[in-house]
Amino acid sequence: MITLSGALPQVTSLFSEYDIFGAFQMTLVLAGATLVGSLLIGTVLAIMRVSPIASLQAGGAIYVNVVRNTPLTLIVVACSLGLYTQLGVVLADRDSGTFIVDNNVRLAVLGLSLYHASFVCEALRSGVNTVPLGQAEAARSIGLTFRQSLSIVILPQAFRGAIAPLGNVVIALTKNTTVAATIGVAEASYVMKEMIENRPDVLFGIFAIFALGFILIVLPVGLVVTWASRRLAVTR
Amino acid sequence: MRRSTLTAIALASVAAVGLTACSSEEGGDDEKVTIGIKFDQPGLGLKSGDSYSGFDVDVARYVAAELGYEEDQIEFKESPSPQRETLLQSGQVDMIFATYSITDSRKETVAFAGPYFVAGQDLLVAEDNTDITGPEALDGKKLCSVQGSTSAQRVKDEYSAGVQLQEFDTYSKCIEQLAAGTIDAVTTDDIILAGFAAQEANAGKLKVVGNPFSEENYGVGLPQDNEICEDVNAAISKMIESGEWETALARNAGETYTPNADLNPPTPAACA
Repeated sequence: MITLSGALPQVTSLFSEYDIFGAFQMTLVLAGATLVGSLLIGTVLAIMRVSPIASLQAGGAIYVNVVRNTPLTLIVVACSLGLYTQLGVVLADRDSGTFIVDNNVRLAVLGLSLYHASFVCEALRSGVNTVPLGQAEAARSIGLTFRQSLSIVILPQAFRGAIAPLGNVVIALTKNTTVAATIGVAEASYVMKEMIENRPDVLFGIFAIFALGFILIVLPVGLVVTWASRRLAVTR
Repeated sequence: MRRSTLTAIALASVAAVGLTACSSEEGGDDEKVTIGIKFDQPGLGLKSGDSYSGFDVDVARYVAAELGYEEDQIEFKESPSPQRETLLQSGQVDMIFATYSITDSRKETVAFAGPYFVAGQDLLVAEDNTDITGPEALDGKKLCSVQGSTSAQRVKDEYSAGVQLQEFDTYSKCIEQLAAGTIDAVTTDDIILAGFAAQEANAGKLKVVGNPFSEENYGVGLPQDNEICEDVNAAISKMIESGEWETALARNAGETYTPNADLNPPTPAACA
C-alpha cells in the first residue's frame, strides 16, 4: 500500500510537473476581477431595487430572480458559445498572440460577475434594510435629493451593515471561479483535472493539494470579514 | 401482542431475504458484467436514448460474449476520463472500453488487456481548408482540444510554438466552435475525430487531415487483481481474425476513415 513516506516525493514531483501556483494565481485573478465587476453591477441593481421608480424596481427584481436561479455553468458557457462563438462579441485583441487566453478569461469574468451581481445586490439590499427609516426621512427633511441621500447617507451605512453577507458572497465567488474551467480558463480545477488524468497514482495527494489551496485562500477572507463586520458595524 | 408483531416482522424480513436470495441465483446481479464506456463520443461510445453504439461498444460486446455473457447481462456505465481508475479500483465496473490509452503511470493503478486499436493524434478541420496539412502548419492558428488530454500541448511543444490553444471540457464544444469558424482545427485521436466528422450534422463540413503524428494504444482497463486478462486478449485476437473487427470499425468510423495501416490491427500484448 501507499505509505506517507512513499507518497511524499511523488506529491512533491507534482509541483515541478504542473504549474500549480500559476493555476491558483489565475483563480485569484478571476476572483478579484469578478469581485470588482459584481460589486459594480450589484450596487447598480441594489439602487434600482430601492429606488422610488417602479419600472427600475421591476427591472432589478426580474434580473436578480432570473440570474440567481440560472446555473452558473450555463451562464459561463453561454458567454463563450453564445456571446463569442455565435454573436462574435470579442473582449480581447483578435490579432494578439494570446487572444484565446485573454478572451476566455474576460468572458469568464463577465459571466461570473453577471451571476454574482445578483447576490451582491441582495446582500446590499439587506444592508439598506438595516438603515433605520428615520435616516432617510432626516436626509429628505434637510433637503437632500434622492441621489444625495442615497450616496451620502444610506449606502455608506448599508455597505457597513452588509459586510457579513457580502463576505459570504466573496467566499462563494472564489470557489465558483472553478466553473471557468468549462470554457478552458487554466485556473485551479482545470489544472487539477489535467493532473488527475495523467497522474492517477497520486489521486488523493492531488485532491489534498487543491483542497488545502482553497482553504488557504478562503480562510483569511472569512477572518477579515468577521473582523471588519465587527469593526465597521454602525452602532445604534 | 407486541411480541407477536415483532415475530411477524422478523418472519416477513426473513422471507424477503429468502426471496432476494432466490432471485439472484436465477441469473441476477452476480452474473452481470458492468462495462465502462464513453457516453458522448460518436463512433466510439455514444448513448442515444437507451441504446449504445460505437466501436468501443462493439468490441466490448464481442469480448463480453466471448467471456460467456448474454447481451442482456451487459450493463454499460459511463466512465469519463478522469474517473476511469477510480471506477475500476472501487469495483464499480469490471472492464473499461473508453479510448483508454495504455500508459506506464496508469499501469501503476490498473491493469490493461489489449491493445485492440492503435489510434494516432490527428487534426480535424473545415472541409474547404487546404492550408492546415499537419501539426507543423499551425503557427498563428487556433487549435482546440479537451482538458486533461496532452494532445494540444504536444502540438505546441513539439510542432508549432505559435499556435493558440483553446481547451474545453467536452469535444462537442470544440466541434461547435470549429463549425462556427472561431477556431481553425481540433486535435485528438484520429478515430475520435472521424466519429465527429461522420456525424450527420457535420457530414460534408469537416474532414480529418489524415496525417497522424502519435501512437495511442487503446487497451481494455481491468482491475489490477483480475483473472480475465488472458481471456479478454484471446477474445480480441479472435475478433480481429474473424474479420468482425474490421466490419465494426468501418461501420462506426465512417467509410472515408482508414486507421494507421502499419499498426492496425494490433496484436494484444502479454498480460502482466
